[in-house]
Amino acid sequence: MNFQTVGEPVRGLLEKAEFSLGDLPALVSPAAVEFLPQLVEIAKNKTLRQFGRTIKMYVPLYLSSFCENNCAYCNFNQQNSTARKRLTLDEARQEADLLYGFGFRHILLVAGEDRVLITLDYLSALIKKLKEKFSSVSIEVAPQSTQGYQQLAAAGLDGLTIYQETYDRQVYQSMHAKGRKNDFDYRLQTPERGGEANLREIGIGFLLGLADWRLEAISLAQHADFLIKRYWRSQLSISFPRIQKIEANFIPPYFVSDQDFIQLLVALRLVFPHVDLTLSTRESQNFRDQLIGIGITRMSAASSTVPGGYSNPQKFGGQFKVSDGRSADQVAAAISGTGYDPVFKDWESI
Amino acid sequence: MTNDKLKIGDREFNSRLLIGTGKFGSHKIMRAAVDAAEAEIVTVALRRVDLRNPQDQILEHLDAKKILILPNTAGARDHIEAVRMARLAAAAGLPKWVKLEVTPEPRFLLPDPIETLKAAEILVKEGFKVLPYINADPILAKRLEEVGCVTVMPLGSPIGSNRGIKTLDNIRIIIDLVKIPVVVDAGLGKPSDAALAMEIGAAAVLINTAIATAGNPVEMARAFKLAVTAGRLAYLSRLPSEKFAAEASSPQSGIIHS
Repeated sequence: MNFQTVGEPVRGLLEKAEFSLGDLPALVSPAAVEFLPQLVEIAKNKTLRQFGRTIKMYVPLYLSSFCENNCAYCNFNQQNSTARKRLTLDEARQEADLLYGFGFRHILLVAGEDRVLITLDYLSALIKKLKEKFSSVSIEVAPQSTQGYQQLAAAGLDGLTIYQETYDRQVYQSMHAKGRKNDFDYRLQTPERGGEANLREIGIGFLLGLADWRLEAISLAQHADFLIKRYWRSQLSISFPRIQKIEANFIPPYFVSDQDFIQLLVALRLVFPHVDLTLSTRESQNFRDQLIGIGITRMSAASSTVPGGYSNPQKFGGQFKVSDGRSADQVAAAISGTGYDPVFKDWESI
Repeated sequence: MTNDKLKIGDREFNSRLLIGTGKFGSHKIMRAAVDAAEAEIVTVALRRVDLRNPQDQILEHLDAKKILILPNTAGARDHIEAVRMARLAAAAGLPKWVKLEVTPEPRFLLPDPIETLKAAEILVKEGFKVLPYINADPILAKRLEEVGCVTVMPLGSPIGSNRGIKTLDNIRIIIDLVKIPVVVDAGLGKPSDAALAMEIGAAAVLINTAIATAGNPVEMARAFKLAVTAGRLAYLSRLPSEKFAAEASSPQSGIIHS
């Protein structure tokens, strides 16, 4: 695609009240950078109207750093000689209790592709237990079958997060050369299986830095639009984490600047005014604070990416390096300071 | 006007402006807006309330002696979820009143008429005062009245859209058809939208987004209060009908003899 040809359409976009999928290429184009300040204002207004002055809070709970995949960019890559840890059900519950004490009511269970620990029975038992206290429980673990998601939904699972990592097939193959994750299509169809299981929330996304983010954004938007139309009962959320420097010493082939990040955020907000846009602690404290109000509607806080890391804080062995190391209270205070309400509970476990 | 009470179920209210508590930047501002609006019915999303915690922040900021706290079932995707949420709220000690919202589509949050009717039937039988959020469908409004709902709450336009009353013709029919109070809910973006709803005979309006996301939510709450009062007064004073041809404001027949 020749992005240089879309300069004029971009100027026209500033007059629009509603944006459609077809506007996305122009919104993410280099030609749109010139209009970014105005587009940010439109995004702010759209976010305010749909979500009000609120930011929903969640926290990840890492269950296992064992992984049979070889994702080039990830510290859990099975070829890395990092220390590994699996949480027993009791250990996971203890970690969750700490997170409950911090104020969190929405929890995201995360694990590497670890077929030894992360079975449907383990997840079902944990979800059932956690739903006694937490308002919602979501998972970010290896892709499951539709029946698997149905079983987990019956145990109380509310949401599924599964990033495609990259929508570029060639890049995907090179980044995931071995392991079950090598199957691009099975991963791509995972949100649909979650949708078939009628999960309340489905989160998709890609990693910024693996391929040209502008092209990735167009693919992601097509994916999002398809899911919204087919699984219309599920709330869609989108995330686009920037790869940080990790212990695996992976250097992302594409540099993504703060401005690029904001342009992507704004473009997605304009085209999908009702979708949750999620921000993790991969981003720095200052940058996260600046993004409040622009389009982000969900943030994690106080995250540890090490299994057991809440009970035993440690610097090494995490999936990625946390850039914003503030406590839940500190992040909540920063959100309040910008005139927004940090919402820790946004669903009732029923 | 002093005797012009809003009657819903077995309760009477002086205020005809209901306030929703979502989307405010803080509980403090929400509380100040409720005060400025002099609202006596305030809706609270059960999804946001910590029913396990009596010190819940939202509830702590509302004076249950002066205000009817009306729990809503926002987020319920079907009648089963809505009924469960209402029961949980009642079990936690909230009033046995419920603003019934069944919105299976999370983007436009339009109400599901079939599931809403099913939930209303169950909850009315269990003794709840049910105030259902509906699309502006006059027949659905009648059906809900028949099963024992204490109001109907038709939408002006989708929640949070600030588009005003796009369903005006159907809301007029609902007001004409049903005996229970009609509360226009959702989409009212400006005080003039609220005034219009009141002028055509709505019993009350519910406002959330337009107040919560205003530059100054507290002053905007006051503006809505005044608009609701003005619209109600206009309705009670019997608005003259609109005419296309000019009509002199000082009739001169009797003076001019041709």
